[in-house]
Formats: sequence, structure tokens, C-alpha cells
Amino acid sequence: MKRLNRNLLTYFVLSVLSIFMVYPLIWLLFSSFKPNTEIFASIKLIPSTFIWDSYVRGWQGSGQFTFRVFFLNSFKMVIPTVLFTIISSSVVAYGFARFSFPLKKILFTLMLSTLMLPHAVIIVPKYIIFRNLGWLNSYLPFIVPAALATHPFFIFMLVQFFRGIPRELDDSATIDGCNSFGVLVRILLPLSKPALFSAGIFQFIWTWNDFLNVLIYINSVSKYTLQLALRMSIDIAANVEWNLIMAMSILTIIPPTMIFFFAQKHFVEGVATTGIKG
Amino acid sequence: MQFDMDTTRVRKFSVIVRKRYIGLLYISPWIIGLVMFQLYPFIASFVYSFTDYSLLKPPVFVGFSNYVRMFVKDELFPQSLKVTFLYVLIAVPGKLIFALFIALMVNIKVRGVNVFRTIYYLPSIYGGSVAIAVLWRFLFMREGLVNLILSYFAVPRIDWLGNTKIALFTISLVTIWQFGSSMVIFLAGLKQIPQELYEAAVVDGASSVRVFFFVTLPLLTPIIFFNLIVQIIFAFQQFTTAFVITGGGPLRATYLYALFLYQNAFEFLRMGYASALSWILFIIIMSFTLLIFRSSRYWVHYED
Repeated sequence: MKRLNRNLLTYFVLSVLSIFMVYPLIWLLFSSFKPNTEIFASIKLIPSTFIWDSYVRGWQGSGQFTFRVFFLNSFKMVIPTVLFTIISSSVVAYGFARFSFPLKKILFTLMLSTLMLPHAVIIVPKYIIFRNLGWLNSYLPFIVPAALATHPFFIFMLVQFFRGIPRELDDSATIDGCNSFGVLVRILLPLSKPALFSAGIFQFIWTWNDFLNVLIYINSVSKYTLQLALRMSIDIAANVEWNLIMAMSILTIIPPTMIFFFAQKHFVEGVATTGIKG
Repeated sequence: MQFDMDTTRVRKFSVIVRKRYIGLLYISPWIIGLVMFQLYPFIASFVYSFTDYSLLKPPVFVGFSNYVRMFVKDELFPQSLKVTFLYVLIAVPGKLIFALFIALMVNIKVRGVNVFRTIYYLPSIYGGSVAIAVLWRFLFMREGLVNLILSYFAVPRIDWLGNTKIALFTISLVTIWQFGSSMVIFLAGLKQIPQELYEAAVVDGASSVRVFFFVTLPLLTPIIFFNLIVQIIFAFQQFTTAFVITGGGPLRATYLYALFLYQNAFEFLRMGYASALSWILFIIIMSFTLLIFRSSRYWVHYED
């Protein structure tokens, strides 16, 4: 009986708090379908009439470039970044997890310490490097570093995962005539699908949400990603056309939200095994 | 026979040599990336911090004047430091306490608890995206949803974003709201605690409060330690929320250090000064991290 009461109390507290967690998002969704005059007129959640107009007009973007362009841009930046992150991180993680080589300990410690290197301290020289390379206003500042495994977090995550796979599997593949690269591709990677998937999801969401770096590296509207486009919409719509901004906000968070709901298990596993930032 | 053994030995030896370097080959992309995009920029920003560099002209060595300037001339430096410390002080403990509190509650084995875990995790997947900053504006602006709801309870309008005393707190709420990933890490830690310890405590007649303070909390200290360090490093560099929601205002009350750094570097093109600022931030973050590491032996409980 006491236990039941306690569970009921827990349920109650959890329910009340979860309203605070999701109500703002739900409100944003419904408000994006309301006429402008209705949004802040009352706390009623459901619109008196559903209006699509906000989406149609918001989609126009800057007039010259529509949100279609911005969506495509976001994908052009995010997808190669994610793929290269996965490829480079698994190759490097394989090196650390399965081979011994000179200075390995020092290099591994160095890799772990870059996990704690604040991005702010290297932001100025990185900008200057990309400027000198002529990479500004392109997605290369995202893609090339990803291809060179500069996201130590994922290396660490995959090293941990590879270590959990018995070495006997590598050995038997070697006896069967696999070279070392074959062991990675044919044995380790297929067994690491969950970890690779987690890494991909996290990198997708982080790159998708990234605002500071695109703000610095991208400067022409034709190359804007969704985050920049949304910020631009705020300026264009001033403080009047709320529903238009709300509608575009909803659009930008749809991809991460969908990934989250389809791949929930991987989220929790990825976070739990490695301890991720938020 | 003797001959045969020798060849295998030789072959084994060459395999070992090859293996010695093949590992380096696999990690070579990372080494190139490390040097190009991490080590070199790290050293370069230190060097730039002693220069006057506007990108238009080559850098000019100016000694310590960038550092002197921030401590003596630039009023925005102490202001943004003050704001940032305050933000870290509100947001980090706020987030971790919530994360721990909710993790304890969703750590029960009853039906439907996974739904709650999903709900609590959801906000944290949006990270620093502009949409969330936009949402916060609409929630907390003068005629926004929060004031609208409060008006039903006859609470007078609060200027959440326009009042210098409250604005920073309003910004911090975003960070606290996104406690989900810390919660999941706590949850993983809670699952590691052996059930026998709880049973033993119950047999001894310990109250649930005592169980929490003498069993759960000590065993969670390694996780708290980890979360604390990660969150502090991130909080000191917080940018998007303040940049989009308030632009650092009102009267620079939410002028976080990252905004200050950004403006100097990319709006005023003071690359030398911005580098000096970034090194001060680096030193602050490292001191905090070291302090937590040093203090850990007094409060972090490690099992042998």
C-alpha cells in the first residue's frame, strides 16, 4: 500500500513536470497554425481555424531563396560531415583499439585531452586557416575536419566499443586470409552497427543544430543553412509575423525530432555507454 | 626443420614490424587533423594574442597590450566575465540537480516510465538551435505565453527578457530545461549500483532519505564529477541562446563571454584581441577543471 502511494506520487510529480518539458513545444506547433492575432490573445491551445498560410509564406524565405534551398544546404553540410565522421573515426579507433605502435599511450592521452579542449580557444586561428585556404562560404570547414577525425568523442566511443569485441574474431579472420583492413571492414564494422549508428545520429543532430560555426563560416544567403535562415527570418518578419517564424522554427526541428523518435534506443545507449554532452 | 622454424620466426618478426607501423597508418588521419585543426590553432591563438591583427594587414607584435587592454580599458571584459560566471553558477547546478532528481524518479520499474524518459530527454536534442531560442523569445517576451498564463493567476506582467535582474535567469532556463542528456548519464550510473546495498540498508532500517545520502549519492559521485566537468566546459562557452534571444542585452545583462569574443573577432575583426580573450577563457576553464579534479579526492567516492 505504501509502495503504491509512493508510485502514485512519483507519477503525479513526473506528469506535472513533463508538462513543463513539452508544453512549450506543443504550443509552438499549434500556434504556428493560428492567425497572428490569435497567438497571444488567449492561452487556448487549439486554433479556432487552422491556417497553412504561415507555412506557405514562411517558406518563401528571403524572396530570392526559399526554404527549399536552406533545407538542401543543411543536408549538403550535414550528410557528408556525418559520413566522414563515421568513416574516419572508425578507422582511427581501429588503430587505437587493435594495434600497438610507438607513442601509442601518449597519443591516446592527447586524443582524450582534446575532448576537453574548449572550442573557443581555437576559433580565431581556425577561421584564419579556412580563410587562407579559400574555404569560407562553403561547407569544407565542416567536412574536411570531419574526414580528419577531429571529433575525438566519436573515436573514444568506438575504441570502447571495439575493445568489447573479442580479438579471437580478428585472429580467425586473419587465418582465413583477411588483411588488417579486411578485418575492420568485414568483422568489426558489421558488429559495431549500433555504435556507428549512435555516432551518426549524434553527429547529425549536433551539426544540424550548429549555429555559431555556420554563422562564422557562411556569409552568402545562397549558402545559408536552416539555422541561419531562421535567424534571418526573425529579422525580415520583424516582430509582427509571429506565426510565420513559428512555422519555420517547427520545420527546422522536424528532422532531429523524427530521428529521435525513430532511434530512441540508440540515443540512450550512446549516451549511457560514453557519457555525452548535452 | 631448423630452417623452417627460422623462416617462421623471420616472418613473425616482419609481421610484428609491419603491425608496429600499420597502427600508426590507421590513426594518421587523426594525427593530420590534430595538427592542422587543433594543435596548430591552439598555438597560433596564443601567438596572435600578442599581436594586433585585423585580417586586412599582417599581424603586428604588440607585446602584452591586448591583455593590458582587457584588464584596464575594456569595461565589457569584466562585465561579460561577471555575466558568464553568474550564468555558469545558475545553469550548471540547476541542470545537474534537475537531472539527478528526475533520474531518481524515472529509475523505478513501473509501466509507462519509458514515456517519461522520452519526454524529459526530448528538449536536449535541440541543443543550441535557433528554433529553441525563438521559442524562448515567444514564451518570455512581455506579451508572451508565460505572462499570459500568469495573468490568469492575477500575477502582474514580468519583464523576463527586458529586466536586467531577471534576463540572465531566463536565458539559463533554456540550459536547465535541456537536462535530458545529463539525466540519462545519471540513470546509467544508478543502474550500476548493486541492489544488495539497498536491501542491506532496508534491513538495517534506514529511511529512504538516509539511503539516498549514504548509499545512492556517494556511489553516484563519479558520475556527478563527470557531468560537472562536461557541463562547466560547455556553459562557459554558451553562445546561441543569448545571441539570438537577447543579443546580450538589456544593458549587457546577458552579454556572455562567447558573445564578447565573437563580436571582437568577427564583427570588429580584432583577431589579436579576440585571441587574447580566448586564452583567458581557456585559462579560466582549465582552472575550474583542475580545481574539480584536485578536489575530487575529497568528495568523489571510488570503489576499489
